[in-house]
Parts: sequence; structure tokens; C-alpha cells
Amino acid sequence: MQLTVWTYEGPPHVGTMRIATAMTDVHYVLHAPQGDTYADLLFTMIERRSKRPPVTYTTFQARDLGGDTAQLFQDAVRESFERFAPKAMLVGASCTAELIQDDPGGLAAALELPIPVVTLELPSYQKKENWGAAETFYQLVRAICGPLAPKPGTRREDREPNRPARCNLLGPTALGFRHRDDVREISDLLEKLGVIVNVVAPLNASVDDLRRIPDADFNVVLYPEIANPTASWLLRTFAQPMVKTVPIGTGATCEFIREVAALAGLDPTAALHDGTSRAPWYAKSVDSTYLTGKRVFVFGDGTHALAAARIAAKELGFQVVGLGTYSREMARDIREAAKGYGCDALICDDYLEVEAKIAELQPELVLGTQMERHIAKRLGLPCAVISAPVHVQDYPARYSPQMGFEGANVIFDTWVHPLMMGLEEHLLGMFRDDFEFHAEASPSHLGGPAMDRRGDVEAGTEVAVIEVPVAVETVWDGVPRWSPEGEKELGKIPFFVRGKARRNTETYAREHGVRVITVEALYDAKAHYSR
Amino acid sequence: MSSALAAVPVVIKPKNAGGCTDAPVLRERGQREVFCGLTGIIWLHRKIQDAFFLVVGSRTCAHLIQSAAGVMIFAEPRFGTAIIDERDLAGMSDANDELDRVVAQLLARRPDIKLLFLVGSCPSEVIKLDLSRAAQRLAGVHAPKVRVLNYSGSGIETTFTQGEDACLASLVPTLPATAEKSLMVVGSLADVVEDQFRRLFTAIGIDDVQFLPPRRAHLLPKVGPNTQYLLAQPFIADTARALEARGATRLEAPFPLGVEGTTAWLAAAAREWNVPADKLETAISPARTRATQALARIKPQLDGKRIFFFPDSQLEIPLARFLHRELGMELLEVGTPFLHRQHLASELAWLPEGTQLSEGQHVENQLDRCRAAVPDLVVCGLGLANPLEAEGMTTKWAIELVFTPIQGFDQAADLAGLFARPLHRRSLLAA
Repeated sequence: MQLTVWTYEGPPHVGTMRIATAMTDVHYVLHAPQGDTYADLLFTMIERRSKRPPVTYTTFQARDLGGDTAQLFQDAVRESFERFAPKAMLVGASCTAELIQDDPGGLAAALELPIPVVTLELPSYQKKENWGAAETFYQLVRAICGPLAPKPGTRREDREPNRPARCNLLGPTALGFRHRDDVREISDLLEKLGVIVNVVAPLNASVDDLRRIPDADFNVVLYPEIANPTASWLLRTFAQPMVKTVPIGTGATCEFIREVAALAGLDPTAALHDGTSRAPWYAKSVDSTYLTGKRVFVFGDGTHALAAARIAAKELGFQVVGLGTYSREMARDIREAAKGYGCDALICDDYLEVEAKIAELQPELVLGTQMERHIAKRLGLPCAVISAPVHVQDYPARYSPQMGFEGANVIFDTWVHPLMMGLEEHLLGMFRDDFEFHAEASPSHLGGPAMDRRGDVEAGTEVAVIEVPVAVETVWDGVPRWSPEGEKELGKIPFFVRGKARRNTETYAREHGVRVITVEALYDAKAHYSR
Repeated sequence: MSSALAAVPVVIKPKNAGGCTDAPVLRERGQREVFCGLTGIIWLHRKIQDAFFLVVGSRTCAHLIQSAAGVMIFAEPRFGTAIIDERDLAGMSDANDELDRVVAQLLARRPDIKLLFLVGSCPSEVIKLDLSRAAQRLAGVHAPKVRVLNYSGSGIETTFTQGEDACLASLVPTLPATAEKSLMVVGSLADVVEDQFRRLFTAIGIDDVQFLPPRRAHLLPKVGPNTQYLLAQPFIADTARALEARGATRLEAPFPLGVEGTTAWLAAAAREWNVPADKLETAISPARTRATQALARIKPQLDGKRIFFFPDSQLEIPLARFLHRELGMELLEVGTPFLHRQHLASELAWLPEGTQLSEGQHVENQLDRCRAAVPDLVVCGLGLANPLEAEGMTTKWAIELVFTPIQGFDQAADLAGLFARPLHRRSLLAA
């Protein structure tokens, strides 16, 4: 058992819903008790979809458990086939139905429906949403394209020299973080390069579209968490190579263009010099100097966290002080990347642990999910959302991709916006006691009241501690105490760096045997760390 | 006094006196687009300020609560989920030991918690995890600092608001006993509404009104053979039964929605306390006059409009009664997840004859009926609202009706406003 306050991912059958809802003619029959229909509102409310997800729930009750829940399931499959006339069906069980073991696959097969029916075995007590989406997409593509597979060992025919290369875009789903706009951005980019997009799936794809997947020369995996198993199977079965670079950030977009160009036999030069790419110049412009070395904490799904860390470090000149993911499948990549940034990796889906880490690191900017947005709000830290889980505000009305050159532009704006602007920061440093323009005020362009004064509250408790007469102590416990003057001086440091200053000073005091932190000791520590 | 006030009936029609008392009910089963009882935690955890709700369930349960709560609007909630994993199911770890560990971890983190509810879910019910024994065991460990109770909010047993019923029912055996005559109001109300009712009861001459649930875990109401209780919510069946087992008596009344409902609800208590009619009148007439005037301003927007209710909170029948009798709306279908004929007797008598009532749900069939009826306003859950709007219908989210103060005189116009706003909005956007 695990104590959970908030969960980063839903159960695996929500992953299946994301695939079914993304597609145009697939229906999912889910063996589930009353209440599981809550998942519909993820799509109709958070994503503001105008149609109900194509899902039928059996809604069994306690009194059915002794009776025939299997019949209930079979009736639901038959009825929804007749009502919705889907081109393919997905059947499976939610967590409770998994326990009663009704065999949805066998029951559905017994109906001998004239369409492909894919049975999903999703271990609810072990796996989560993204895994469920990946498994569903893989099983569905396998069921539709499997019969079209050439004999093992058949060599893929070379593309005729004059035929433009074709690729599939794999991975975008319903309820994805900016998937809708990423697909448009990358489709446009591929078109500029001269590559034809053969099929985009599962988003807005039909079952017939899936059948055309093998016609492409290669696959672009936009979201590895969702499309990797499918793309690997397509590579093995149809010898379709896969493009692995995820084009989030200017650097990654350029790499992506080169990788695609190499596979398609095209010259990438024109596509690499895109007139709409403004983020690199914005980062270079002198106004951005103040971004240098800003300490950022990054957390999200594996793909977005990796991309964000790279952009932060290489394209904005931030310092990545923490990097983590709730996608255990990508733990290795995240650990490796964290090592490169000289920070610890946090692989965890416990919201409380992430919160503790952020509080400890006191970053100047948090790049995370909606969960981290809440944590940052409580800690009074600026934050930008980079990954699912998402909120209704993560589905903006405007075009707002994360991928490609426009994605990089969007990211620059989104991340820089919550930060205090450079000159404002300097003024705060110079005139600390201005009654309106003090360190606790929000950045002036954001308006609103002063931020959380938690730092001051902490300071208050520690002031109480130092009232214990220091001289009485005969044996030092190794913990430095703040003198009232030292504490007061610390209070003059703007709040967004105060936590760091406090930590550094205390570390310095411990390491140098300073028992009482005076104003002098505070500045000694400052000098020590500003080498 | 205006004619509207003169028309307010204080005496309720006797049974079998028309209305929908004996009306046939369309009972359906199929897919239910309704939350399970766990969802009640969203308001209960705010209502009882030192209680914590620990769901013993699956990741689905945890995801349900956070999604239904408007997705993470509360940064530090007083609820959580002990997520059962495969080790618990495979018997590799003893689920009871695991639960003890999780509870200890939770109470260490939240030392302010005085009352802990272990909330059963579909999976915990199916694997027959005995939470009542677990609650007893844990109560022994953590008493006297923390009391531990249990109830089930599972979807195989409870529908949405029935979760609150199960929660309150679990509190009843722990209520202190009393032989004094007293009035208890049962069912969660917004704090502001509670305060208004308390003032009105005092003015009527009934002091020391008690409320269940209480705002703090230790402020439990007393119960005994001379306790009279009024239901503030229509979904409190099990709690009512448990209170009656402790000797309490229910005062028959409609629910305190709208001017009529609130008047009759207060009058039921006044009758029991032998309050003279003029004293009651004096006490309530200022608020009632305000409410009547405020409703009169909204009525033109709703008068004659046709409304269709999908089942959600069991509030549907009292709401339909209010909208029909005080605002002139036409009732096309009134769906409710569960119809408690006894508790709703006064309400049913007040519904116009021939109203289509339905209980349970087959959502596809009901959607077909709804489309065929072409209503002016549809009351439905969050899963259906946007799709129906996209089809051109005007909708009101049912969940707002349990999250908003709607009971009593001073909320009557707010309640009407909740139904008028979507129609007003549509007219604005169309212009």
C-alpha cells in the first residue's frame, strides 16, 4: 500500500481511453463499477472536447457480483456495437473488474463481431496511465497491421528515387500536453523539409488510417512514453526505421531535422534556418543576461523533463539544480542526464517527496506539472508547466506548441514570464526597505499581492531558538545559531535567493566551526561561495 | 402582504392527495454517468475541519477524487488514498499491516487530525478487506488523540451523495446520548446557511439546534428518544435509520429549497415545538419577503422554460419542485439515482401530476429521450455537459448544486440564478 495525496498518472485504463478518444471510429467497452465514468470529464471538461469519449462502462453493482456480471459485459459489448457501429473495438477491465475475473476478451470473442476486437490486459495494481496508453496503441496497431506483415526476413523495398519520403507521426493522444499543436508544428516542419506525412496516429486517426501505417518509409516517435512499443514493433515487423529525437527546444529541433533529412535523403539546410525561430536570439539579447545561472528544478514525464533540462541548461543558461520524473520507464535516461548537470535525479511518483525536494533545493524557478505548480505556489516560487498531468488552462485556445521552432518560442515566453525582470531585481537589491517595492512583492508585471511569507515565518521560529543563551552550552552540537543581527541582515536579502543564502551560510558555518552566525559570518560565507 | 406570500402553504398535502405521490417511475439500468460515493469526500473534508478521509482503494479512486475536485484545486487536502498494490493482493504483504503502517505515516504527517475515516472502495469491498475491524484496531492504537471510523464509498454500493450518508451513518453510534428534547438538522450545509438557520430557529424559539455533521470532530450532536430531526438533504437514508435506532424521530417536511420548501421545513419544527403561528410568521417573514422579491426578479427568465434532469445528487426532485412551483418551469423528465419515497413524500405530493420520473440510468437511452424532448435547459454531470452544449443544448452542471449554498431563504434567489445563468449566457453569446 502506498499513501497518496495526489497522483501524477491515472490508472492504465485511462491510458486506453486516451487512445480510443483520440481516434475517430474505435469504441472501448470497459467492465467497471459505477463511478468509473468520472474519467469522461477528463476529456469533456479538462480538454473541453465536444464529444463524449467513445467508452461504454458496464456499471456493475454489488448485487450483480453474485449473479451474472459476465452477461452484463456481453450485453454492453453487443449494444454498443449496434449503437455506435465502430470499425474496431477495445475491451477490458478496470481495477475492480480485474478482481472479479470475468474474461472480457473471451466474452467479447464469443459474440463473433465482424470487426477487430482487441482485448487489453492492463494490470491496474501495477501499471499506470502512460503504460496503458502505450500498451493499447501497440495492441491496436498490431491487431490492424499484423495481418499485413511481410514474411519475417523480407527485405524492405528501396524507395523509388523520385518519390518523396513518407513518414508516420506516432504518439499524440487525447488529453496530451499540447499534442494537438505539436502535430501541426511538426507536420508543417516536415512539409517544409519535403517529407510527406503518411499517417498521424492515434490522434484523429481512423482504423483505415492505421492500416496505412506500413506504407510509410519511417516513423517519427513524438511521445516515446506512448509510441515506443508500437514503433519498435513496426521496426521489427515492417523494417520501418524510427526517428528518436524529440524536437522540443531549438537544439533538439535542429537535430530532429538532420535525423529526418538523413533518413529521407534530403538537404536540411533550408529547414534549419527557419525565419520563425526567435528563441535563440531572445536568449542571446542582453536583456536576458539576468537569466544566467538561475537555479531551476525540473520535474515531469520523462520526455518533457529531459527536454526541459536541456533547454534550461543549453538554451537559456539556467542552472539545473534538480531533475526528476514520475515515468519510471525513463529513469535511466533521467539519471544519466542529471549526472551531466551535476545534480541528483529524483525518480518518484510521490508528490510529497517532490515537494520536500523543492523546499530543500529552493530553486528560483520550478518547471513541472500542475502538481509542481501547486507546490511552487505554496513555497512562493515562480513556476511554468512543462508536462502532464494537466489542467484546463493547459489547453489554451491559441496555437501553443512545445515542439519545433515555434515550440521553442512558446517555451521561452512561458518560462521567462514568471521571473522577476533583471533591472527590477537590481532595484530590489539596492533599496530593500521600500514599503511597496519590497522583496516579498510579486514581479511588478504580474501584479497581485505579496507572495507567501513562509521564509519570514521560518525566520521567526529561529529567532526564538537563539534566545537560548549561547554561553550556557558546554558541548557544541555542531549546529550553528543565528545571532539576531545576522538574522536581520539575512532578511534584507531578496526572498528568492534568501533560502539559498541561509543554506550556504549554515553550511559554511558548520564546516568552519562557526557557532554563532553574525553579520560578519554571513558576509564571510557570501565571499566564500562567490569565488 | 403580497399574494405570493399568502399562497405559501404551511400544511403539506396528505398522502395520496395527487401530485406525483403515486406516479409511475421509469426504472432503468445500464451505464450510469454518476460519481460513486467517494466523491462526497470533496465537501465533507472541508466541512469537518479536523477530520481526514483515507480511501483504501486503487489508483482509480485517487484519480477520481482529484479529478472530480475540479482537478487539484486544494493544495493540501484532508484526504488521501492508501493505494492497494499487487503485493497486497498476492498476499505477499498483509493488507492490515500495510494499512496500519500507512495510517501511522499519515498521522505523523498530520498531527492536527482528530478524526480519521477509513473509506472503503470497490476494490477493498471486492477483496473483502474488513475496514470496520481495522478501524477498531487502529482506534485502539491511536486513542484518545484520534478517533477512527469507517464507511464505504464504493461505487458498487453507493451513488455520489450516498457517500455522505454512509459517512454520517458511521458517526451516529458515536454520538453522545441525551434524554433532552432537542432539534437536529442532518446533512451537510454550507457554514453560512447553518448560521442563518440557527438564527431563524432561535427567533422561532427553538434553541440549541444541533447539526450533523459538525464543523469539528468533537462537537458531536447529542441524540436520544426526545431528539427530533429534520433532513437538510434528501440523500440521508441510512443516517436517518441509524438515528431512529437511537430513538430519534424524523419531522416530515419538504427540503429547505426555495421559499415554500424553507417555510414548510421551518414550520415542521415550529409545529413540533408548539410555536404559535404568529411567532413563526414574525420570525421568518423578513427573510421570506426578501427571498420572494428576489425570486420575482429571476422568474421571467425561467418561466415556461422546459427542463430535463439527468440523475446526479438525489436533489433532483426537490429542485424540480422548486423550479416548477416557484419559477414556472416545465418538467420534462426528472431523473434521480435513487428515489426514497418516504423521505420525499412531501416533495412528490408537490410535483405536478404526470411528471416523468426516472430512477437509475441507462445513459444512452436517456440521452435519446433528452434529444427528442428538446429541452431549454438540461441538468447533467460534468461528463455530459460540454458534449450536450456542442449539440446546441443549454446545460447546468449538477455538481455545482452540491457545492454551492442553495438552502434557505437567503439562498433561494442564488439557487434560481444557477439555472437562469446558463440561459442568460446563451442569449448573450448569441447576440
